[in-house]
Amino acid sequence: MSVASAAAPPLRVTRSRRSAAWSAVLGVAAVVLLASLPYVVHTNITGLLVNVFILLALATMWNLLAGYAGLISVGQQAYVGVGAYVVLVLAGDGLNPYLAIPFAALGALVVAVPTSFLVLRLRNEYFAIATWVVAESFRLIVLHFPSLGGGTGANLSGLGGIDPVLRQALTYWSALAVVVAAILGAYLLLRSRFGLDLTAIRDNEIGARSVGVRIARAKRIVYLVAAAGAGAVGSLLIISQLNVQAGSIFNVQWSAYMIFVALIGGVGSIEGPIIGTLIFFFLQQSLADRGAWYLIILGGIAVIMAMYLPRGLWGLIGDRFDLKLFPVGYWMHRGPAPAGRETE
Amino acid sequence: MSRPPTSAWRKSALPGAGSGVIWVNAVVQGILLGGLYALFACGLSLMFGVMRVVNLAHGDFAVLAAYLALAVITGLHIPVLWSALVVAPLFAVVGYLVQRFIIQRSLDVSPLTTLLVTFGLSIVIQNALLTTLSANSQSLPSGSLASASVQVNGQLSIGYVSAIVFATSVVVVGALQLFLSRTGLGRQVRAASDDQEAASIVGVNVRHVYGIAAAIAFATVALAGIAFGMYSSFDPAAGPQRLIFAFEAVVIGGMGSLWGTLVGGIILGVAQVLGAQVDAGFGVLAGHLVFLAVLALRPSGLIPARIT
Amino acid sequence: MIGANGAGKSTLMRTIAGLHAPLAGTIRLDGQDITRVPAHKRVAAGIVLVPEGRRLFASLTLEENLKVGATRARRGRWNLGRVYELFPWMIERRERPTAFLSGGEQQAVAIGRALMANPRILLLDELSLGLAPVVVHRLYDILPELLASGMTVLLVEQDVTQALRVSDWAHCLLEGRITLSGRPHDLAPADVEAAYFGLAEKRASGRG
Repeated sequence: MSVASAAAPPLRVTRSRRSAAWSAVLGVAAVVLLASLPYVVHTNITGLLVNVFILLALATMWNLLAGYAGLISVGQQAYVGVGAYVVLVLAGDGLNPYLAIPFAALGALVVAVPTSFLVLRLRNEYFAIATWVVAESFRLIVLHFPSLGGGTGANLSGLGGIDPVLRQALTYWSALAVVVAAILGAYLLLRSRFGLDLTAIRDNEIGARSVGVRIARAKRIVYLVAAAGAGAVGSLLIISQLNVQAGSIFNVQWSAYMIFVALIGGVGSIEGPIIGTLIFFFLQQSLADRGAWYLIILGGIAVIMAMYLPRGLWGLIGDRFDLKLFPVGYWMHRGPAPAGRETE
Repeated sequence: MSRPPTSAWRKSALPGAGSGVIWVNAVVQGILLGGLYALFACGLSLMFGVMRVVNLAHGDFAVLAAYLALAVITGLHIPVLWSALVVAPLFAVVGYLVQRFIIQRSLDVSPLTTLLVTFGLSIVIQNALLTTLSANSQSLPSGSLASASVQVNGQLSIGYVSAIVFATSVVVVGALQLFLSRTGLGRQVRAASDDQEAASIVGVNVRHVYGIAAAIAFATVALAGIAFGMYSSFDPAAGPQRLIFAFEAVVIGGMGSLWGTLVGGIILGVAQVLGAQVDAGFGVLAGHLVFLAVLALRPSGLIPARIT
Repeated sequence: MIGANGAGKSTLMRTIAGLHAPLAGTIRLDGQDITRVPAHKRVAAGIVLVPEGRRLFASLTLEENLKVGATRARRGRWNLGRVYELFPWMIERRERPTAFLSGGEQQAVAIGRALMANPRILLLDELSLGLAPVVVHRLYDILPELLASGMTVLLVEQDVTQALRVSDWAHCLLEGRITLSGRPHDLAPADVEAAYFGLAEKRASGRG
């Protein structure tokens, strides 16, 4: 460690702060707690939580796309659907649906590769609508295959023999695993060197290119990761609903949910989707008997947030309290390290 | 909805008609349908060309216009074509307000924000219609017009509704083009779209001018919504599908060029009808494929805009 | 207004025209506070900017560019006919898109466009930027006629000699502050140089 001179004290760079250490501990505790829930609470609650995890995973992926790669997609439901149908087909061939989940993600990834070459050439509004049209096209293609259920939908085979309570529990744990993988995956991705590239692209694409960031490759990677995540979510959907219908799984409503959650919670942070999802479900549950009202209110709030609080609630909270629960940045400190604390 | 909307949808049922006639008939119906799409798309094209705004709620506003027209028709007992005289000006006012208070604000934040905000509006409108009205399909009663048609050369018939809508779209596109190229206000609009700052220092009130452009765009949306309502049925969730058609017409024809939008609409209409001829469920998908092909091969569309 | 790059000359012009809101202070026109007046309304009040880099409207023809300048024109002697008298070459090019004009021609169109509004105060920002000296000369030749029609011209110019030759009063700007003001023939070249580069204070203390 250098000796401090009478002039400037040395600069240190760290990757995390004490608040992050706490949140790591809390995070692990939370996951453990959540994992134990099927033993403790009624399936109503775990059923609801499955939906929470599904939305949270979707919102986290959308946030990666929009908040870090600058890609506003209105068509992630394309891959949600692909994931669901992969599971349908594999289960029909005899594979245990739970084991099909990784294949759903993989299937979505495979479909996303050629699609990415089409849509990633486009900017902004072209990209957004193209992703939507792609999802619509997938829906129409699926409608053509009676073996996939056509317009009325298809039932998932292979889970009939399992005790319903156990099935709910397995579904719940799968959902928990997917959402933890999504959040952890996003966190690690952003914390890495790649994450730095992404933030550079988001902030100033031309500047990023001029320091050698490979923009097309970075965007493609994010697009593929988001597609895989959506595919995994699709598999959860078909498993929890036991059937799939083209009209609903490829519905743009999923994008609406993702976008609202991200706008309310905050785009461009990992914490944002978490807050956004909690608010979404809170609103949905409190307005449950009012039909579509919760969507109107949510939509209204999202619109207002986009116009006046573009960084969302987490942007407000995180800035006010200077919190970063998922530290992906760099901190600089002046002065020697306090005794007993490591630096990286 | 996998079939393109056509009220004058006729497979040639004349005995002994050759398959060639069926295709010709299909192309003609496609062209007429294209007029509907173009009418629908020119509002989108105008807003994008002038303000770089893609209004994702475009389709839902059209559906809203159709519902309003329905209310006006049943409430005031006037024929469907007259309802346009009430709804279009109303929508012009709505458009001006939406532009100045919502879209302008979003533009000030960032260009991507308008996408998100208009998407949010789309969902709000759809669900508001759903909760206040029924989810059932409605259509605009067009009375005697609905089944009336003109018989052309014994094997081809053109529905009155289709013809009126097509004529309307040509007139609207022409009028818009004239407005932009020949009037002082149109000049201001073009100047503001070229360079906002420079426009303001020559005295153009850019925000107001954008509002005017939006008002015009929304008036055309109202006309398109009514036209669509005459062509086929509508329900609260019909908006997004129509938005996609409008956007496809704009892109195929070239962003920002109004005549191009007409051409794009026609190409889309023909693609859809021909696709539906091949297989009943293939129509809309055929349109999507043409759109994606144009995007892949030539993103600036077939008729590039004039110098920008 | 003269001054080195980054002195703030263009920023000042743009602020006067209404494109930037000042962080502090006021702008007064004939005693009236116009600090909060939006740019397009300042044109009606008589302040018209010919911005740096011409900024013509690419999708408008030459004549349309001129016509749009009259959007909030005040009453006065400048109109389309008078602009064409000033720049006769424009007449045969008036249906052309402005992208095909040379730099000097574009600058002339930009000035013409501003004149159409009949300004009381014409702000000319970096007239000579990127133009050949002979072209600049021709543009400066029209200044007397503009002044004769009763308008005030506020000119930002990099070329100090040129600026001092045509102006009645000169200000030198350095880092956002005025370092020297006066009639050109009252200003010694050494003083101008000092004010331009910021040596004035040093010089003053040196004289004792």
